[in-house]
Amino acid sequence: MASLDDLKKRISSVKSTQKITKAMKMVAAAKLRRAQESAEKGRPYSEKMNNIILNLSNGISDIENAPKLLSGTGEDKVHLCVVMTSDRGLCGGFNTNIIKKAKIFFQKILDDGKTLKIITVGSKGYDQLKRVYGDNIIERISFKDSKNVNYFDADKVGKIVIEKFEKKEFDICTIFYNQFKNVITQIPQEQQIIPLNTSEKEENSQEDNYEFEPEEDEILSNLLPKNISTQIFKAMLENSASEQGSRMSAMDNATRNAGEMVDKLTIEYNRSRQAAITKELIEIISGAESL
Amino acid sequence: MSEVYSVEIVNPEKSFLSKDDVTEVVLPAFEGEIGILKDHISIISFLKPGIIKLFSKSGEENFYVSDGIIEFKNNNLSILTSLILNLKDIDKEKISEIQKTAEEELKNPEINDQKKYLLDQKLDVLKSIN
Repeated sequence: MASLDDLKKRISSVKSTQKITKAMKMVAAAKLRRAQESAEKGRPYSEKMNNIILNLSNGISDIENAPKLLSGTGEDKVHLCVVMTSDRGLCGGFNTNIIKKAKIFFQKILDDGKTLKIITVGSKGYDQLKRVYGDNIIERISFKDSKNVNYFDADKVGKIVIEKFEKKEFDICTIFYNQFKNVITQIPQEQQIIPLNTSEKEENSQEDNYEFEPEEDEILSNLLPKNISTQIFKAMLENSASEQGSRMSAMDNATRNAGEMVDKLTIEYNRSRQAAITKELIEIISGAESL
Repeated sequence: MSEVYSVEIVNPEKSFLSKDDVTEVVLPAFEGEIGILKDHISIISFLKPGIIKLFSKSGEENFYVSDGIIEFKNNNLSILTSLILNLKDIDKEKISEIQKTAEEELKNPEINDQKKYLLDQKLDVLKSIN
């Protein structure tokens, strides 16, 4: 059995760990509220953007000549995957869940004999992917320096993606992120952004006669790159809310576990203290008896 | 009959402004300024860097936008933009900063004509504000 001193040390170390996890939980809770707020505030923009694009693409008569970002290159040989993770750890299964989802997708692509290219956003994703898919990673981006999620960071990622598309480096682009449902549930998502998923189009097919200035094609070719950035931004917002939510519940669990551990260790400490006292008493009594 | 309609300006971070008593909006559209009054035909257009003038019952407001898309439908005007600033409480430093990045971008020899045109526009507008 460990000595009394050892037990004391362990108890105090568990207690200070508990203090840290508790503080992290508080911080995550505060950040979560802010992240959730900005995710909600960001929603109108991406929704409106989507609506306009749907209306526009309905108006396009000549599918053949539609912008490539909308219709795709017509092939699906090279896949680009943008995996969005966090820059910091200690957030439970947050990163692992995204990576797991992404890896299943990667495997499918590779099994089909297609080429896979990966962009990682956030350093944790890179750390987890570099061992297996190190050769596939063409770019790694991290926004460790920016405190809050902002549009200009998303725009940077968007521009990189579009640049690569224009150089014909890939045919299909998919992004991976965690969708925030609530504090305990985050759903890893895969979303295809190039070519644009047009399956929702049918629902929204009311006939609107819009006046376009300039031509539809020209607006679309200006709008689509922006939409890419918007989608990435939306994913980043969802991700940051999810990250904080996931960290909050992870730290809550950790705090509870630490509490249980402290209880267990305290009982052990008291027992062995008691045992030591009893032992000493026996020694004194038996010493006195033998006199 | 009232002559007002509603405007909503959103940027990626939040809904920037929403008003129901707007009488006229003048937008720096790509092919020239357009003014939108009530019962304008449905229109989609995109903006070049410039000043949005918003006339409402409570007075006139001016905003700087760096880009954007507008949609007008059923007397609802939506303006989507990535950067918008109210001219009333504008920050001189911020303007100079934007100006600087635009000037640097302009130096890049690879940019195409359309982009160059937009950047030139941006600089002109920024200079006029400053």
